[in-house]
Parts: sequence; structure tokens; C-alpha cells
Amino acid sequence: MDFPSFYLDHLAGGRLIIGLIASLHVLINHPLAVGAYPLLTWMEWWAHKNNRPDVDHLAYRITFVVFIVTTTVGAMTGVGIWLSTSIFAPFAIGSLLRVFFWGWFLEWLVFISEVALILWWFLSWKKADKPEKKRKHIKIGVALSIMSWLTMAVIVAVLGFMMKPGEWNQTRAFWDAMTNPLYLPQLGFRTFFAVMTGAVFLWFFSFFFTKKKGALNPDPRRLREWIIYRLSHVVLISLLGTYAFGTWYWNAVPETMKANSSVALLTQEFMSWHRQFQTLLGWTLIAFLMVGVGGLDRSSMIPRWALLIPAVLSIWLIGHFERAREFMRKPWVIGEYMYSNGVHKDELAFLQSEGLLKHATYVKHREITESNKVECGQDIFMLACSRCHSTTGLNGVIEKLTAMYGPDKPWDSAGMQLFIKGMHQTRTFMPPFPGTDVEAGALVAYLQQLRTHPQTLPGAQSAGIVIAPEALKPSKIADSQPTL
Amino acid sequence: MPALIATIPIPRDLPLPLPVPEWLLVVCLVVFFLVHILFVNLMVGGSVFVVVAEWMGLKNKRWDALAHEIAQTVTVNKSLAVVMGIGPLLCINLLYTIQWYSANALTGHAWLLIIPLVIVAFLLTYLHKYTWDTWAKGRKKTLHQAIGITAMLLFFFIPVIFLANVNLMLFPSEWEKVRGFFSSLCIGNVLPRYLHFMAASIAMTGLFLAGYFGRRNADISHLDDFTCPELRRLFYKVCAYVTLGQFAFGPLVLFTLPSDGITTQVYVIIFSGAAVGLLTLWLLFGELRRDDTRIGSRYWPIAALFSIVVIGIGSGRHVYREAALAGHKAAIKNRTERYAAALADFNKNLAAAPAPAGQSAEQLFMNCAVCHAPNVKLVGPPLTEIAQIYAGNPEGIVTWAKAPGKKRPELPQMPPFNHLGEASLRKIAELMLEKGATSK
Ligand code: HEC
Ligand code: HEC
Repeated sequence: MDFPSFYLDHLAGGRLIIGLIASLHVLINHPLAVGAYPLLTWMEWWAHKNNRPDVDHLAYRITFVVFIVTTTVGAMTGVGIWLSTSIFAPFAIGSLLRVFFWGWFLEWLVFISEVALILWWFLSWKKADKPEKKRKHIKIGVALSIMSWLTMAVIVAVLGFMMKPGEWNQTRAFWDAMTNPLYLPQLGFRTFFAVMTGAVFLWFFSFFFTKKKGALNPDPRRLREWIIYRLSHVVLISLLGTYAFGTWYWNAVPETMKANSSVALLTQEFMSWHRQFQTLLGWTLIAFLMVGVGGLDRSSMIPRWALLIPAVLSIWLIGHFERAREFMRKPWVIGEYMYSNGVHKDELAFLQSEGLLKHATYVKHREITESNKVECGQDIFMLACSRCHSTTGLNGVIEKLTAMYGPDKPWDSAGMQLFIKGMHQTRTFMPPFPGTDVEAGALVAYLQQLRTHPQTLPGAQSAGIVIAPEALKPSKIADSQPTL
Repeated sequence: MPALIATIPIPRDLPLPLPVPEWLLVVCLVVFFLVHILFVNLMVGGSVFVVVAEWMGLKNKRWDALAHEIAQTVTVNKSLAVVMGIGPLLCINLLYTIQWYSANALTGHAWLLIIPLVIVAFLLTYLHKYTWDTWAKGRKKTLHQAIGITAMLLFFFIPVIFLANVNLMLFPSEWEKVRGFFSSLCIGNVLPRYLHFMAASIAMTGLFLAGYFGRRNADISHLDDFTCPELRRLFYKVCAYVTLGQFAFGPLVLFTLPSDGITTQVYVIIFSGAAVGLLTLWLLFGELRRDDTRIGSRYWPIAALFSIVVIGIGSGRHVYREAALAGHKAAIKNRTERYAAALADFNKNLAAAPAPAGQSAEQLFMNCAVCHAPNVKLVGPPLTEIAQIYAGNPEGIVTWAKAPGKKRPELPQMPPFNHLGEASLRKIAELMLEKGATSK
């Protein structure tokens, strides 16, 4: 990649951070925004129709929590996915923005309206004191629910068409992504999952808000029963939807994998993920089912802690679900166009023949000699491997090599070099090595040195950059003079 | 000057065209950015007003009520600042791909810190706002004030990170000197720009609040002891005096700018902006001299003039940026084109070369040789051992290689080779058996 390499060695380069931010975002966005807004709007409407100020007030108090969380952690983790990708994989996000510009732009417009609506809805709640004002206020809630669902529908499509190989026509790729066999089951799964978890979230918080008697809450017990009884219905119905769409998704995956050649390669890894998904889905749904059925019976109320079980399982499930995208994408960041380390498919043979160092910018040397071999190897590691591996930490290359070659005997350099040259065949989720034989040799020298002298590799954010002069043919020097 | 080439990084650009015409992106960048920065100004400036007014409220309660009222605007403006920031980020990513991402990476730690810092700052502003009536006395009030101050300090710091990036991207010749975020602050003129920005935050918030409290349906019944004209005058005054100060900060920014991008055009734009600024100031001071019944009647003309000034500054910035980076952009374009040409040449020759007639068994076997050596255990068992197990049964090897099981507990699992295809695996298997049999 031709950008200064941001790198957090102990954290698998920094990929882990993107993953954490993205998971947190989904965990907030699904239950609290997509799931909770329609339920809260419905509560407000019901309270208005049946003249139950206590229900209205409860909805308001839960909305307060939703409002605080979504406008702080929710919004900033959304932006955070982008900010963290910008430093970790600028080549990928930079290309994606150029190719899928309108998708992102649309997402932005929807997001603006979502934020404007949540501000408006929550902050004007208590000002809607007359019936006609209340009706208008409920409509804002409806619009907000639609917008937050749309945000999800658009982003799922954008993520989906990022995986479509070589579809450069924007509109076509966009519609293709929506007709992708995984799109509808995925969207349906996410929607019902969001409502189901959103209902449990509301349920959990209503415990806190139905404790004490108040002017707006004359009969806390009645209110609590009211909400739990209804939320358990919501849980049970959305559970059916989650199950139906989850199963559809599960059945659609193998077919899609066959259709998509880059995916078909990693069958083994993916299939084990796939089976785990089914098991997890089963357990999660059982947990929600117990809670839902328990809630139907008004007299025996589910204790507060019991709600944490389905909550934890659903966090696990969605985390697992999100990893599918990672799995399906490797070794590409953009299907059949760009590998995870920023090398383009069409420049691979060129780099393998000419050399990675020759055409890179942020490297110390361009010619490999016996004395600078290790330094060159380090730069090559940074360019070719560092987006997925740490040196000695998480998913560390030394750890992987130790598992292969054993901890107690010397590693055979020639064998390692052979492995690197064929690493995309042996481990199909790795891209091919984008350099010459000599460069593979330098990389091996670095790895051997790293084994005997483990040392963390600092990224450009702390060590800065070094720029070797461009290796130019003499005739070309004249026209490359920067005119600064 | 080869030495110069060595220090200015000229990376290759991404080989993809811009999705929309460049001029459109430029317009969007300037406009979206100003909208974004307006809300940022109101957020940062608002937090300052809140802290100051709350502190004055210790002596006289009426200020406390005013601080509370202003705090209500900060939480709204902060949300708008975030969403409206996405548009300009999109544009700058596209227009200055190389320069922007490079600056982000070079200040990477701080850049990542933006996320938690903003979250904490936002949570604190909510805490501050919603505990106003409950934490109103004694120790609790002190704690309450401390929360407000912490949020304000975070709002002071976060813009520095963005400024450092916006600044650093302009000076590729300095990138090699950067060792992390703090060292990037020594480059260009971050500090003057920061002062300019902070002053603008105060001035803009003053103008905003003058309008907010002066609007026709403003309900300030809960702010006892304040009248609308009084508030309007107060915030006008803040706006006017700080804007006067900008006539010191502005030139400071201009004259500390590295000369790389200073062109006559930049001067013309900036000085025209400053001239409109003077006119605005004159109107503002005029407003202050009016009596209570008429103060505020020129609000909209003043706001319009301010917008013109701000657009002037924004365009001036852009023109400077373009001029400062013109050489760099041209050099990058040149390098990208040369690379693309060499690549196209190479791929053309590659395509013209006679297609390699299917890989030979020996070549295919290299896939396995990584782990299987003739006599010794490399990663997997040696060929001799395999030849024993599968003597006369190449099909068995093919089946295994397509979906290897787990046999030997001391060895890692072998990866599957289904992707090589049945025919190739068959060739490999036969060769393997042959090699295994001969290397005894
Ligand atoms: C697309 C991301 C990616 C890139 C780029 C990448 N790897 Fe890997 N590599 C992986 C993954 C994922 C694994 C498997 C980890 C596991 O199963 O525990 C792996 C495993 C390995 C292993 C162990 C192989 C085995 O059979 O157990 C080695 C050695 C290795 N990588 C070296 C490298 C080297 C050297 C480079 C750079 C030339 C590199 N990798 C580039 C993702 C990558
Ligand atoms: C990454 C290293 C690696 C590569 C590459 C590799 N193998 Fe293996 N192979 C192993 C390991 C490890 C075992 C032992 C597995 C076990 O016993 O659990 C093994 C075992 C085997 C066996 C013995 C199976 C048995 O029944 O005991 C055969 C046959 C075999 N490999 C064939 C192949 C073929 C054919 C290829 C190339 C297409 C290949 N291997 C490539 C690591 C590798």
C-alpha cells in the first residue's frame, strides 16, 4: 500500500479495533434504534388513544435512555468505523468511496434525517400537550422509525455490493446487491432480530422506571404488567421472524458460496462458522422463547437478571453473524479487485516480476543486499502481511510459523520461502505474495531474526516514515521533479 | 535536485477516477465544511458560555438560569456537528486521498482517540445538562461545574486533532519529520489557526444566541431578571468585540502560513472577505447603539454578511490548499501515470506471451512440497510415509487432500486443496507416490 502504515502490532495490526468499534455500533444500532423506535412510537400512540399518561411517560423515559445512547456512542461508533478504517486500510476505504460514492452519499442523507428526527421527537415530546400536537408528534416517531430502518437497509446493501466482484457500474451493482440471494434474508433477519432485542431492552428498562409511584405513574404494578404482557408478544412474534429469516439465510449461504469463486475457496473455515451459527441461533431463540412465554403469564414475572441471558446470547449471535462478512471477503477487500493488503489483482504479476520495494514509497531501501536484508524484510512484512498479522502478538506471524515448523528446532529458510511463494494456495484466505523471490528471501531473513529477537514493529504513527529515493530510469528524472 | 525528491514522498494515487466531477466535489467540500464548522463553533463556543455563565451564577442566580438555557442548545448542536461532518469528510477523502489519509496515519494515535474523546465529551454534556436541577447546591454544584469544565476542555482539545490533520496534509515535504501527533503540531501554523478558530467559535455563538434569545417567539419567562433586548445586547457585544479581535488573529494566521500556497488570488479573496468583515463590524456596533425597542432589527443583514465573510475565508483556504499542493498533486499524477503505463505494458506482454500449457505435475507438486519433503518430517509427514499408507491408491490421496482430516495429534491440521481441482490433484498424487517410493 502506498500510504504511511499505521500499525498497532500487539492488536493484529489494528483490525481488532475496527472490529470492536463496528460490533459495538451494530449492538447499539439494532436494538436501540431500529428495534426500539417503532416500539416506543407504538407505546406513545396507544397511550394517546387510550388516554394512559402513565404509558406515555414510561415511553418517554425509555426514549430518554435511547436518545442519550444513540446520539453519543451510537453515532460516534458509526463515524468511528470510518475513522479507524481510514488509517488502517486507506487504500480500501479510498477505493470504496470512489466506486460506491452514491451509496455512501445516500446513507449520509438518510442518517442526517434520522438524527434530526430523533432530536425533534425526543425534545418536543413534553411540549406536545394538545391532542392535535400529540398526533403530529406521533407522526415524527413513525418517520424516525422508517428512517432508522432505511439506514440499516442501505448500509446492508452497501456492504453487500462491496463484495460483488468487478461490478463497477454503480446503479447496477447497487441493485445487484439488493437482489443478491443473501440480501433479503439478511435484512429480514436483522429487522426481526432488532425488534426482538429491542423489546427485551424496553422490558429491562421498564423495571427501573416502574419502581416508584409518581404523579404520572399512579399504579406502577399495573403499568409493569401492561408493558411486559405486550412486550412478550412482540418477542414471540419477532422470534418467529428471526427464526424464519435466520434459517433462510442459513440455507442461502452455501449456494452463494458456490456462486462466488473467491468465497468457495475457504469452505472449510466458513462451513464450521456456518454450523456454529445455526447452533447459536437455536440457543438464542430458545432463550428468547422462554422469556417471551414467561412474560405472557402476568402473575409470575421474569426477574430482571433473567433478561440478561438472551441479551448476552444475542450479542454473541450478532458478533458471530458480523464475522461472516470478514470470512467471505478474504483474501479480498474488494471482490476480485483488491487484496486485503492493498495490492490490486492486475498488478500482482507485475510486482512479482519487478519487486514490491521498487514501486513502494515508504520503504528504507530499494535494492536488497546481504547487509540490509533484514531491514528490507521488515518493510516487506509491513507492506504484504501487516494488514492481517502482528509480529509477535495476536494472529502473530511467529506464532503461526511456530505452529507449522515446531518450537524447538531451527526453521528451514528454503522451506519458508517456498511456503511464502505458495501461501495463497496453502491458505486460501491469504493473498498471493506480491514480490520477487529475492524479496521473499528477505522476508524470511526478517522472520528468522524476529524469531530469535522478538521485537514489536512500530507503525508510522509513532516511528514516522522513511522514504527511499524513487528508483528511476535516468531519462525519467527530469519530468518527475516536483515543482514545489 | 535529487535531495528534494528524497524528502518529499510522491506516492501513487489510487487508479480509480473520481465518481463526480472535481469542481462539484470542491463546491460540496467548501459548503458542507462551512455548515459543519458552524455547528462545531456553536458546540465549542456554547460550552464556554455555559461554563462562564454557570460560574457567574454562583453570585447571581439569574446567570445560572441562563447557563442552563444555553446548555440546551449545546446538546442539539453537537449532534448536528457530527452528522454534518460526514459530508465534508467524504469530499476531502475523495479530493485529497493521498494527503488526507497520510496525515491521518501519521497522527494515528490521536486520530483514533477522537472516537472515545468525543463520546466522553458528549456524555458529559448530557450529564451536565440533565443534573442541573438536582445537583444544584454545595459540593454537588461544584461537581456539576467540574463536569461542565471537563466537557469544555475536551471540546477545546478535539479540534486540535482535526486541525493538526488539515494542516499536516498541506505540507508533504514535512511528513518525514513527523513522529506522532504532538510533533505534527510544530509544522505549519497550527496554533494561530487554532486561536482563529476558537475566537470564531465565541463570535459565532454570540451571534447565534443573540438571534436565539431575540427571536419572535422566544419564551424567556423562566429567565427571571433578563429581558430579550438585554440578552440580545449582551451577545451582540460578545460577538462584536471578539470579531474585532479576529482582525488581529486573522492576519496572524495569514502571515504565519508557510509561503508555499500564498498567491495573489489568496490575498484578493482573503482581503475582500476582511473588507466585508469590516462592514459587518460597523453594522454590529451600530446595532449596539440602538435602544431596546430597535436593537436586533438588522440581525439578518448581519448574519448574511457574516456568511459572506465565512464563505470568503473558506474559499481562501481552499485556494491556498490548491496552490500549496499543486506541485505535489502534479508529481503524484505523473508518478501514477508512469506506473500505470509500465503496468499496462507489462500486462500486454504477459497476455501476448504464449499461454503456459497447464502446469506440469512437478509444478503442481510445489503446493505440497512446502510441507512434505521426501525423507524428513517438515510440517506434514514425509513422502516415504505417505507412499506407504497410500501405495497403489492415488485416489486416496486425492480424497484426503480435498478434505484432510486430523490424524496425528502432534501435527497441525493440513489445509484443504479442493480448489486445485480433481485432475491436478490426481497428477500430484501419482507423482507423490512415485517420489515416495524412490526416495527410500
Ligand atoms: C488477508 C489477510 C492475510 C495476509 C495479507 C497474510 N496472511 Fe497469513 N494468515 C492469515 C490468516 C487468517 C491465517 C490463519 C490464521 C489461523 O488459522 O489461525 C494466516 C496464517 C498464516 C501462517 C500459518 C499458515 C498455516 O498453515 O498454519 C503463516 C506462516 C502466515 N500466515 C504468514 C503470512 C505472511 C508471511 C504474510 C505476508 C507475506 C501473510 N501471512 C499475509 C491472513 C493473512
Ligand atoms: C501447510 C502444510 C501442508 C501442505 C501445504 C500440504 N500438507 Fe499434506 N499434510 C500436512 C500435515 C500437517 C499432515 C498431517 C495431518 C494429520 O495427520 O493430521 C499432512 C498429511 C498428508 C497426507 C497423509 C494423510 C494420511 O492419511 O495420513 C497426505 C496424503 C497429504 N498430506 C497430501 C498432501 C498433498 C497432496 C498436498 C498438496 C496438494 C499437501 N499434502 C500439502 C501439511 C500439509
